[in-house]
Amino acid sequence: MNDQEHLKTLADIKNLMERASKFISLSGLSGIFIGFYALAGAAAAAWYVNSYNYKLTSYYYPVVSTDGALAGSFLNFFLVDSLAVLTLSLLTGYVFTHRLAKKQGFMRWDTTAKRMLINLLIPLATGGLFCLVLAHHHQAGLVAPSMLLFYGLSLLNASKYTHNELRTLGILEIILGLISAMHVEYGLIFWALGFGVLHIIYGITMYYRYER
Amino acid sequence: MKEFILGLNREFESRVRLGIMSVLMVNEKAEFKTLRELLDLTDGNLASHLSALEKAGYIKVKKQFIDRKPNTTYSATKDGKKAFSEHLNLLEKFLKTQ
Repeated sequence: MNDQEHLKTLADIKNLMERASKFISLSGLSGIFIGFYALAGAAAAAWYVNSYNYKLTSYYYPVVSTDGALAGSFLNFFLVDSLAVLTLSLLTGYVFTHRLAKKQGFMRWDTTAKRMLINLLIPLATGGLFCLVLAHHHQAGLVAPSMLLFYGLSLLNASKYTHNELRTLGILEIILGLISAMHVEYGLIFWALGFGVLHIIYGITMYYRYER
Repeated sequence: MKEFILGLNREFESRVRLGIMSVLMVNEKAEFKTLRELLDLTDGNLASHLSALEKAGYIKVKKQFIDRKPNTTYSATKDGKKAFSEHLNLLEKFLKTQ
Protein backbone atom coordinates (compact mmCIF):
# COMPACT_ATOMS: atom_id res chain seq x y z
CA MET A 1 0.00 0.00 0.00
CA ASN A 2 1.26 3.48 -0.78
CA ASP A 3 0.44 6.86 0.71
CA GLN A 4 -2.54 7.52 -1.48
CA GLU A 5 -4.12 4.22 -0.55
CA HIS A 6 -3.54 4.79 3.15
CA LEU A 7 -5.10 8.20 2.91
CA LYS A 8 -8.08 6.78 1.10
CA THR A 9 -8.44 4.03 3.68
CA LEU A 10 -8.51 6.60 6.48
CA ALA A 11 -11.04 8.71 4.59
CA ASP A 12 -13.22 5.65 3.99
CA ILE A 13 -13.11 4.74 7.66
CA LYS A 14 -14.09 8.24 8.70
CA ASN A 15 -16.94 8.30 6.22
CA LEU A 16 -18.19 4.90 7.30
CA MET A 17 -18.10 5.79 10.99
CA GLU A 18 -20.11 8.88 10.27
CA ARG A 19 -22.70 7.03 8.22
CA ALA A 20 -22.90 4.23 10.75
CA SER A 21 -23.47 6.53 13.70
CA LYS A 22 -25.91 9.01 12.17
CA PHE A 23 -29.47 8.64 11.07
CA ILE A 24 -29.47 10.46 7.75
CA SER A 25 -33.00 9.73 6.59
CA LEU A 26 -34.74 12.32 8.74
CA SER A 27 -36.99 14.01 6.20
CA GLY A 28 -36.58 17.73 5.66
CA LEU A 29 -39.54 17.84 3.30
CA SER A 30 -41.83 16.90 6.17
CA GLY A 31 -40.47 19.96 8.02
CA ILE A 32 -42.20 22.18 5.48
CA PHE A 33 -45.57 20.51 6.14
CA ILE A 34 -45.02 20.55 9.89
CA GLY A 35 -44.30 24.28 9.68
CA PHE A 36 -47.62 24.88 7.96
CA TYR A 37 -49.53 22.77 10.52
CA ALA A 38 -47.97 24.91 13.26
CA LEU A 39 -48.98 28.13 11.49
CA ALA A 40 -52.53 26.79 11.12
CA GLY A 41 -52.55 25.81 14.80
CA ALA A 42 -51.32 29.25 15.85
CA ALA A 43 -53.93 30.91 13.62
CA ALA A 44 -56.65 28.79 15.24
CA ALA A 45 -55.49 29.83 18.70
CA ALA A 46 -55.40 33.50 17.68
CA TRP A 47 -58.90 33.19 16.22
CA TYR A 48 -60.16 31.62 19.45
CA VAL A 49 -58.67 34.39 21.58
CA ASN A 50 -60.14 37.07 19.32
CA SER A 51 -63.57 35.48 19.16
CA TYR A 52 -63.79 35.91 22.91
CA ASN A 53 -62.85 39.53 22.51
CA TYR A 54 -59.68 39.00 24.41
CA LYS A 55 -56.67 40.89 23.26
CA LEU A 56 -53.73 38.54 22.98
CA THR A 57 -51.54 41.11 24.65
CA SER A 58 -53.61 41.17 27.78
CA TYR A 59 -54.48 37.50 27.75
CA TYR A 60 -51.07 36.15 27.34
CA TYR A 61 -49.80 37.40 30.64
CA PRO A 62 -49.69 34.81 33.40
CA VAL A 63 -53.30 34.00 34.08
CA VAL A 64 -53.96 34.71 37.73
CA SER A 65 -57.47 33.46 37.22
CA THR A 66 -59.58 36.58 37.70
CA ASP A 67 -61.86 34.87 35.21
CA GLY A 68 -61.15 31.26 36.06
CA ALA A 69 -63.72 29.64 33.81
CA LEU A 70 -62.54 31.25 30.61
CA ALA A 71 -58.91 30.73 31.51
CA GLY A 72 -59.67 27.05 31.79
CA SER A 73 -61.53 26.84 28.50
CA PHE A 74 -58.75 28.67 26.71
CA LEU A 75 -56.17 26.26 28.09
CA ASN A 76 -58.35 23.31 27.06
CA PHE A 77 -58.70 24.69 23.56
CA PHE A 78 -54.98 25.29 23.33
CA LEU A 79 -54.25 21.78 24.57
CA VAL A 80 -56.47 20.19 21.92
CA ASP A 81 -55.07 22.55 19.29
CA SER A 82 -51.44 21.75 20.06
CA LEU A 83 -52.10 18.03 20.39
CA ALA A 84 -53.67 18.08 16.91
CA VAL A 85 -50.61 19.86 15.51
CA LEU A 86 -48.30 17.43 17.30
CA THR A 87 -50.14 14.31 16.07
CA LEU A 88 -50.27 15.51 12.47
CA SER A 89 -46.59 16.49 12.63
CA LEU A 90 -45.45 13.14 14.02
CA LEU A 91 -47.48 11.25 11.41
CA THR A 92 -46.12 13.36 8.55
CA GLY A 93 -42.58 13.11 9.87
CA TYR A 94 -42.84 9.35 10.18
CA VAL A 95 -44.33 8.79 6.71
CA PHE A 96 -41.82 11.06 4.94
CA THR A 97 -38.83 9.69 6.85
CA HIS A 98 -39.89 6.16 6.05
CA ARG A 99 -40.20 7.08 2.38
CA LEU A 100 -36.81 8.81 2.31
CA ALA A 101 -35.08 5.85 3.98
CA LYS A 102 -36.55 3.56 1.34
CA LYS A 103 -35.44 5.89 -1.43
CA GLN A 104 -31.90 6.02 0.01
CA GLY A 105 -31.83 2.26 -0.25
CA PHE A 106 -32.10 1.18 3.35
CA MET A 107 -34.82 0.74 5.85
CA ARG A 108 -32.68 1.25 8.86
CA TRP A 109 -35.22 1.78 11.56
CA ASP A 110 -32.49 0.45 13.76
CA THR A 111 -29.86 1.62 16.21
CA THR A 112 -29.20 5.03 14.66
CA ALA A 113 -32.89 5.89 14.33
CA LYS A 114 -33.71 4.65 17.81
CA ARG A 115 -30.76 6.48 19.35
CA MET A 116 -31.77 9.74 17.69
CA LEU A 117 -35.42 9.35 18.71
CA ILE A 118 -34.71 8.51 22.33
CA ASN A 119 -32.34 11.46 22.68
CA LEU A 120 -34.99 13.70 21.14
CA LEU A 121 -37.85 12.36 23.22
CA ILE A 122 -36.35 12.53 26.72
CA PRO A 123 -35.98 16.35 26.87
CA LEU A 124 -39.09 16.80 24.72
CA ALA A 125 -41.33 14.76 27.03
CA THR A 126 -39.84 16.58 30.00
CA GLY A 127 -40.77 19.87 28.32
CA GLY A 128 -44.28 18.66 27.53
CA LEU A 129 -44.91 17.67 31.13
CA PHE A 130 -43.39 20.89 32.39
CA CYS A 131 -45.77 22.89 30.18
CA LEU A 132 -48.71 21.00 31.68
CA VAL A 133 -47.38 21.89 35.12
CA LEU A 134 -47.17 25.56 34.06
CA ALA A 135 -50.77 25.43 32.83
CA HIS A 136 -51.79 23.81 36.10
CA HIS A 137 -50.26 26.75 37.98
CA HIS A 138 -52.02 29.20 35.61
CA GLN A 139 -48.76 30.35 34.09
CA ALA A 140 -50.10 30.22 30.55
CA GLY A 141 -47.81 33.01 29.45
CA LEU A 142 -44.74 30.88 30.00
CA VAL A 143 -46.04 27.87 28.08
CA ALA A 144 -45.03 29.12 24.62
CA PRO A 145 -41.48 30.12 25.66
CA SER A 146 -41.05 26.80 27.49
CA MET A 147 -42.18 24.84 24.45
CA LEU A 148 -39.62 26.67 22.31
CA LEU A 149 -36.83 26.23 24.86
CA PHE A 150 -37.40 22.53 25.48
CA TYR A 151 -37.91 21.84 21.79
CA GLY A 152 -34.63 23.61 21.00
CA LEU A 153 -32.79 21.61 23.67
CA SER A 154 -34.31 18.38 22.36
CA LEU A 155 -33.13 19.14 18.83
CA LEU A 156 -29.69 20.03 20.10
CA ASN A 157 -29.52 16.70 21.90
CA ALA A 158 -30.76 14.69 18.90
CA SER A 159 -28.53 16.53 16.43
CA LYS A 160 -25.50 14.48 17.48
CA TYR A 161 -27.11 11.53 15.77
CA THR A 162 -28.27 13.10 12.52
CA HIS A 163 -27.44 15.95 10.13
CA ASN A 164 -25.68 18.93 11.72
CA GLU A 165 -28.31 21.37 10.48
CA LEU A 166 -30.63 20.15 13.23
CA ARG A 167 -28.19 21.67 15.73
CA THR A 168 -28.56 25.10 14.15
CA LEU A 169 -32.34 24.77 14.21
CA GLY A 170 -32.15 23.81 17.88
CA ILE A 171 -30.00 26.82 18.78
CA LEU A 172 -32.35 29.17 16.92
CA GLU A 173 -35.35 27.73 18.80
CA ILE A 174 -33.55 28.25 22.12
CA ILE A 175 -32.74 31.89 21.27
CA LEU A 176 -36.33 32.48 20.21
CA GLY A 177 -37.56 30.83 23.41
CA LEU A 178 -35.42 33.07 25.58
CA ILE A 179 -36.52 36.23 23.78
CA SER A 180 -40.17 35.20 23.99
CA ALA A 181 -39.80 34.52 27.72
CA MET A 182 -38.99 38.23 28.09
CA HIS A 183 -42.04 39.20 25.99
CA VAL A 184 -44.74 36.78 27.08
CA GLU A 185 -47.46 38.97 25.56
CA TYR A 186 -46.23 37.96 22.12
CA GLY A 187 -46.02 34.26 22.99
CA LEU A 188 -48.24 33.10 20.17
CA ILE A 189 -46.28 35.07 17.58
CA PHE A 190 -42.96 33.67 18.78
CA TRP A 191 -44.51 30.23 18.83
CA ALA A 192 -45.63 30.63 15.21
CA LEU A 193 -42.14 31.87 14.27
CA GLY A 194 -40.37 28.97 15.98
CA PHE A 195 -42.63 26.08 15.07
CA GLY A 196 -43.93 27.49 11.79
CA VAL A 197 -41.49 29.72 9.98
CA LEU A 198 -38.26 28.08 11.22
CA HIS A 199 -39.53 24.60 10.31
CA ILE A 200 -40.42 25.74 6.83
CA ILE A 201 -36.99 27.34 6.28
CA TYR A 202 -35.27 24.27 7.74
CA GLY A 203 -37.37 21.96 5.57
CA ILE A 204 -36.59 23.82 2.37
CA THR A 205 -32.86 23.90 3.18
CA MET A 206 -32.72 20.18 3.94
CA TYR A 207 -34.78 19.29 0.90
CA TYR A 208 -32.42 21.13 -1.44
CA ARG A 209 -29.28 19.83 0.28
CA TYR A 210 -30.06 16.15 0.68
CA GLU A 211 -33.34 15.01 -0.78
CA ARG A 212 -33.64 16.16 -4.35
CA MET B 1 9.54 1.50 7.17
CA LYS B 2 10.06 -2.16 7.97
CA GLU B 3 8.99 -1.51 11.51
CA PHE B 4 5.81 0.03 10.20
CA ILE B 5 4.95 -2.99 8.12
CA LEU B 6 5.60 -5.32 11.03
CA GLY B 7 3.47 -3.18 13.29
CA LEU B 8 0.44 -3.12 11.02
CA ASN B 9 -2.09 -5.69 12.02
CA ARG B 10 -2.43 -8.42 9.45
CA GLU B 11 -6.02 -9.09 10.45
CA PHE B 12 -6.89 -5.64 9.14
CA GLU B 13 -5.25 -6.02 5.76
CA SER B 14 -8.62 -6.15 4.12
CA ARG B 15 -10.71 -3.04 3.59
CA VAL B 16 -13.83 -4.97 4.45
CA ARG B 17 -12.51 -5.89 7.88
CA LEU B 18 -11.54 -2.30 8.56
CA GLY B 19 -15.04 -1.32 7.48
CA ILE B 20 -16.69 -3.80 9.82
CA MET B 21 -14.56 -2.58 12.73
CA SER B 22 -15.35 1.07 11.89
CA VAL B 23 -19.07 0.41 12.14
CA LEU B 24 -18.69 -1.52 15.39
CA MET B 25 -16.54 1.20 16.93
CA VAL B 26 -19.38 3.73 16.77
CA ASN B 27 -22.25 1.32 17.39
CA GLU B 28 -22.54 -0.91 20.42
CA LYS B 29 -23.85 -3.63 18.14
CA ALA B 30 -24.93 -4.04 14.56
CA GLU B 31 -27.11 -6.56 12.77
CA PHE B 32 -25.89 -8.57 9.81
CA LYS B 33 -28.16 -6.75 7.39
CA THR B 34 -27.10 -3.33 8.69
CA LEU B 35 -23.46 -4.21 8.03
CA ARG B 36 -24.38 -5.55 4.61
CA GLU B 37 -26.15 -2.31 3.67
CA LEU B 38 -23.44 -0.02 5.03
CA LEU B 39 -20.59 -1.89 3.43
CA ASP B 40 -22.46 -2.86 0.28
CA LEU B 41 -21.34 -6.49 0.27
CA THR B 42 -22.73 -9.89 -0.63
CA ASP B 43 -23.80 -12.24 2.18
CA GLY B 44 -20.99 -14.70 1.56
CA ASN B 45 -18.25 -12.12 1.40
CA LEU B 46 -19.38 -10.39 4.57
CA ALA B 47 -19.84 -13.66 6.43
CA SER B 48 -16.32 -14.87 5.69
CA HIS B 49 -14.74 -11.62 6.91
CA LEU B 50 -16.94 -11.65 10.00
CA SER B 51 -15.88 -15.15 10.91
CA ALA B 52 -12.21 -14.24 10.41
CA LEU B 53 -12.61 -11.32 12.83
CA GLU B 54 -14.48 -13.55 15.27
CA LYS B 55 -11.69 -16.12 15.14
CA ALA B 56 -9.16 -13.37 15.89
CA GLY B 57 -11.23 -12.48 18.95
CA TYR B 58 -11.98 -8.96 17.71
CA ILE B 59 -15.74 -9.29 17.50
CA LYS B 60 -18.46 -11.10 19.42
CA VAL B 61 -21.42 -12.78 17.77
CA LYS B 62 -24.81 -13.06 19.40
CA LYS B 63 -27.47 -15.23 17.83
CA GLN B 64 -31.04 -15.05 19.04
CA PHE B 65 -34.61 -15.30 17.89
CA ILE B 66 -36.87 -12.26 17.65
CA ASP B 67 -40.46 -13.19 16.83
CA ARG B 68 -39.19 -16.63 15.86
CA LYS B 69 -36.91 -15.14 13.23
CA PRO B 70 -33.19 -15.64 13.61
CA ASN B 71 -31.35 -12.45 14.39
CA THR B 72 -27.59 -12.11 14.53
CA THR B 73 -25.85 -9.12 16.03
CA TYR B 74 -22.16 -8.33 16.16
CA SER B 75 -20.18 -6.20 18.57
CA ALA B 76 -16.52 -5.31 18.93
CA THR B 77 -14.59 -6.86 21.83
CA LYS B 78 -12.19 -4.91 24.02
CA ASP B 79 -9.28 -6.50 22.18
CA GLY B 80 -10.82 -5.63 18.84
CA LYS B 81 -11.30 -1.98 19.76
CA LYS B 82 -7.73 -1.75 21.04
CA ALA B 83 -6.28 -3.41 17.95
CA PHE B 84 -8.30 -1.20 15.64
CA SER B 85 -7.23 2.02 17.40
CA GLU B 86 -3.60 0.95 17.31
CA HIS B 87 -3.91 0.17 13.64
CA LEU B 88 -5.37 3.60 12.93
CA ASN B 89 -2.72 5.37 15.02
CA LEU B 90 -0.02 3.59 13.11
CA LEU B 91 -1.53 4.50 9.77
CA GLU B 92 -1.71 8.11 10.85
CA LYS B 93 1.84 8.18 12.18
CA PHE B 94 3.10 6.65 8.98
CA LEU B 95 1.35 9.30 6.88
CA LYS B 96 2.74 12.09 9.03
CA THR B 97 6.35 10.97 8.76
CA GLN B 98 6.17 10.70 4.98
